[in-house]
Amino acid sequence: MSYPSNVKVVKVPCTGRVDVLLILRAFESGVDGVYLAGCLEGECHFLRGNLRARRRVEYVKSVLEEVGLGGGRVEMFNMSAAQGQRFAEVAREMTERVRALGSSPVKKNVKRES
Amino acid sequence: MIVGNRKEFREILEMLGSRRRVLVLGCNECVTVCGVGGEREVGVLASELRLYWKKEGQDFEVREHTVERQCDYEYIDQIRGFVGDYDAVLSMACGAGVQYVAETYKTKPVLPAVNTTFLGVTLEQGVWSERCQGCGSCILDMTAGICPIARCAKSLMNGPCGGSSGGKCEVGNDVDCAWQLIVDRLSESGQLDRYEEILPVKDWRSGRDGGPRKRVREDLKL
Repeated sequence: MSYPSNVKVVKVPCTGRVDVLLILRAFESGVDGVYLAGCLEGECHFLRGNLRARRRVEYVKSVLEEVGLGGGRVEMFNMSAAQGQRFAEVAREMTERVRALGSSPVKKNVKRES
Repeated sequence: MIVGNRKEFREILEMLGSRRRVLVLGCNECVTVCGVGGEREVGVLASELRLYWKKEGQDFEVREHTVERQCDYEYIDQIRGFVGDYDAVLSMACGAGVQYVAETYKTKPVLPAVNTTFLGVTLEQGVWSERCQGCGSCILDMTAGICPIARCAKSLMNGPCGGSSGGKCEVGNDVDCAWQLIVDRLSESGQLDRYEEILPVKDWRSGRDGGPRKRVREDLKL
């Protein structure tokens, strides 16, 4: 299994752990895109973690639209731990999407923060 | 609790104008519970501002701070040491909090990031509903614990009106007719005879029509 090397994996115990602020902080640090790879819907070990994550992703999309970065830079995907090929496929899909959107306009100015 | 809605980001940017050193000030009370102006929402708004200004390549300084209450001087006073470092305070409290901060720091622009909306309850996680308009003379004893002032679109003292249909109000199919609710509950609790009583015209002097209100308890004064 191979997937684009630009994808950096951040491990969390469940996508339900991923807070809106975690995603926003990532964008503040200059990343071009963020996606969550959660378990299949209906198969969350914590029952609703992945469903909550999806709603949070939708919220972040609206925030990114508001600030002019575009909601397409963040996405939620579902796959099981056994779907390595799917993981690689999603990594390629998201990489292509973000590449088409271009580099984050925030990135070039990251050092300007006081 | 007091419930509000976050203003649109565009509107907040317009309020800020050319100000780039901003203190985003949250409140730990009602607006935290209704998910509009607590520490987390302060974090989101501050992040939005940083992302936007970074994108625009502008210099800025955004500080996040949340006090216990913006409606009590003791807590507002806690920002005295650094409020002067900022061009504006973006308050995420209700209108009372915004005004009290502005009253305390008279020369500092204090801008509202929230539209204060109503006094209400939590129906479920993430859903709030209006229950009280603070009219100053409660009649819930007469109306089976359901307020027609806050929950009837016309604030009728004796209802329902002709706009009630199938238990819903004519203003929207998702709005319960308050007077239908009152009649149903009076009936369920064996008090339907109370519905025969005609409630008198409301004296609105105890509400906003009597001007801004003030409450004093001499025994609590220092």
